[in-house]
Amino acid sequence: MTAMATQVESNCDALLRAGNTNCAGCGMSIGLQLLEQALGKDRKPLMAIPACCGIVTAGAFPTSAYGAPVAASTFASAAAVATGLSLVGEINGEDAPVMVWAGDGGTYDIGVATLSAAAERNENVLYFCYDNEIYGNTGGQRSSATPEYVTTSTTPRGKAERKKDMMAIMAAHRIPYAATLSVAHRDDFLRKVRYALTVKGFRFLVLLSPCPTGWKSEPQESVDLIDLAVRCGVFPVFEVFDGMRYRINVRPDGTPLEKYAERQRRYAAASMNLEGVRRHVAEQWAWLEGMERAFPGSE
Amino acid sequence: MGKALITGNHAAGYALSVCGEANRSARGCVAGAYPITPQTEIVEYLRGFNFSRGRVVPVESEHSAMAVCIGAALNGARAFTASSANGLAYMVENIFAAGYYRLPIVLIAVNRTLGPPWNIWVDQGDSLMFRDAAWIQFYTESHQDLVDTVLLAFRVAEDPRILLPVCVALDGFVVSHTLMGVELPEQAQVDRFLPPCHVPHRLRVDHPATVGGLTWPKETAHHRRQIQSAMERVPEVLEEALDEFEKVFGRRPDGALRVEHAEDAEQMLVACNTMARTARRLVESRQSEGEKLGLIKLKMFRPFPRRQLREAVGKAKRLGVLDRNHSAGSGGVFWGEVAATFQGRSDLVVQNYIVGLGGGDVTPEVLGMIADDLQTRMTAGEPIWQEVGV
Ligand SMILES: Cc1ncc(C[n+]2csc(CCOP(=O)(O)OP(=O)(O)O)c2C)c(N)n1
Ligand code: SF4
Ligand SMILES: [Mg+2]
Repeated sequence: MTAMATQVESNCDALLRAGNTNCAGCGMSIGLQLLEQALGKDRKPLMAIPACCGIVTAGAFPTSAYGAPVAASTFASAAAVATGLSLVGEINGEDAPVMVWAGDGGTYDIGVATLSAAAERNENVLYFCYDNEIYGNTGGQRSSATPEYVTTSTTPRGKAERKKDMMAIMAAHRIPYAATLSVAHRDDFLRKVRYALTVKGFRFLVLLSPCPTGWKSEPQESVDLIDLAVRCGVFPVFEVFDGMRYRINVRPDGTPLEKYAERQRRYAAASMNLEGVRRHVAEQWAWLEGMERAFPGSE
Repeated sequence: MGKALITGNHAAGYALSVCGEANRSARGCVAGAYPITPQTEIVEYLRGFNFSRGRVVPVESEHSAMAVCIGAALNGARAFTASSANGLAYMVENIFAAGYYRLPIVLIAVNRTLGPPWNIWVDQGDSLMFRDAAWIQFYTESHQDLVDTVLLAFRVAEDPRILLPVCVALDGFVVSHTLMGVELPEQAQVDRFLPPCHVPHRLRVDHPATVGGLTWPKETAHHRRQIQSAMERVPEVLEEALDEFEKVFGRRPDGALRVEHAEDAEQMLVACNTMARTARRLVESRQSEGEKLGLIKLKMFRPFPRRQLREAVGKAKRLGVLDRNHSAGSGGVFWGEVAATFQGRSDLVVQNYIVGLGGGDVTPEVLGMIADDLQTRMTAGEPIWQEVGV
């Protein structure tokens, strides 16, 4: 074996290698480590990553911080590039999972038609969206995943519109599996990724991805913030089977919303209306509980 | 298979299908399919073809049609698609991506006018829109030329010395929707003509590299230089492919350009696509009347065959460049290239004629008026807009 080959092998142990350019406390760093754990040492995916922080983190040619092969796609194209990768794998009887790792901009906004089409065709793709609720790479502009009232560089007085309910949209495609992932709930995160890896067809997993740079929060508090987001109900942790059957994994415990909001300066707009947010959170939960009651789901 | 009476679109669909099928011995084929007039029958044909190791993906847009091809080629498959006009415009971001990734994808462009206002007829402005992407471009004059060029396109694109995508253009309706007798290649012949597709930089699970990630200015400039070098190798690789084609099929399609009456021509028309065929008719009749008119059919637009073109003009004093396209604020796109090729040649008049925009019927009579104007010119003027009937 040549020295070169040895070096590649020893370096590719980690899915996200040292030397990546993620900010400290970035949710991607945690999410990718958990993903690696779920995959196990011997299974390497083929990845499609569109324009987003997730591709910048790979570093500049000829280095790559990913321990798996990556196709860096155009912003809107990850799900279609993954379709091509996956079909060729299928034709050739190869079983490396094909994954997308995309931001909320590439998922909720510019890539939504591509994503919807791949889901409708039920392509054999595992789609991850790390949702930091902004366009992080371009400096923190709003996306349709940005929550209401939050300030971003393009919503200086707070965002007027509500966050898009992407899980409902993906469920409406009746894909075999969709789930939300919390980096503060490791076991639940790992269980769901492992399950998703056993399912054939289109799978959609979205994690609320802390972004200290954009959220104006402290890097060491990232995991705590997600824990608070789950406990106060802002980020529901649940899964949807075949787009119809719901299971809630973690319920809010009555933690006040303020505990989550006060640790991020993006929630500090003069127009911030926590009462309004609370009302919408309660509404969302009533709907989710209703869905689970009417259409309970499990593997 | 022998000779079939077939439309241009079916000929294109057939050619793409047998080329895709030929790669069953390697990693198979994948196509993206999205309809637009006048290309639609091509993707319908692909969806109906029974590939033994291939998939035709009914995507939601042209942008994704090319993205699926990119993903498939990055996993080592032969990949192809087709579109027209606004479909090509919508695809453009990924057209550039495919070129810069150095993927040997083949795209058929059924030339159509870009809108609005909407017009479905022929105009080369759509495929010329991405002339600056790292794509080889061929403009075909007939059903036969189209089929043969699709086969050549895969061979040239996948050649390890090239690894660039190829666009094969044909005239909307004039070729896409008319019937002509075509010598259709047998699958076994195509299998012999096309080596298995091999994409050396395809993704491999045991090789964790990022394809298409970030590069610094130095690497970026180097990457573009490498593409330019590959482009410069195209004429040679194309000639080899033509030799091979002749061995397998017993006939030789046109190469980068086809020159007629260069020996004695004083003025020459420069044209592509079906306008070149019409021009050939005119040239033949004028020659029989003793007029020294020649023809250069420019089939290959990228890489632009500057050297061959310089050789082709011989002793001609005037070139009339026909453009069925319009670069607003300048003139015809072919003319710009031809004029640049002959910069410094003050003894050569290079006059532009913009003709047949939006599908106007370019008859021998229309080209006759152009030839008459050209014959008397002592200097070149601004591009002339030659109007035609409907
Ligand atoms: C077609 C196109 N438009 C705009 C951009 C610029 N751009 C690159 S990344 C990005 C935002 C990415 O946001 P998101 O997907 O949420 O990922 P994040 O940066 O937050 O990780 C934008 C707008 C682009 N690359 N391509
Ligand atoms: S800007 Fe946010 S998402 Fe991007 S790398 Fe930094 S922390 Fe991560
Ligand atoms: Mg984002």
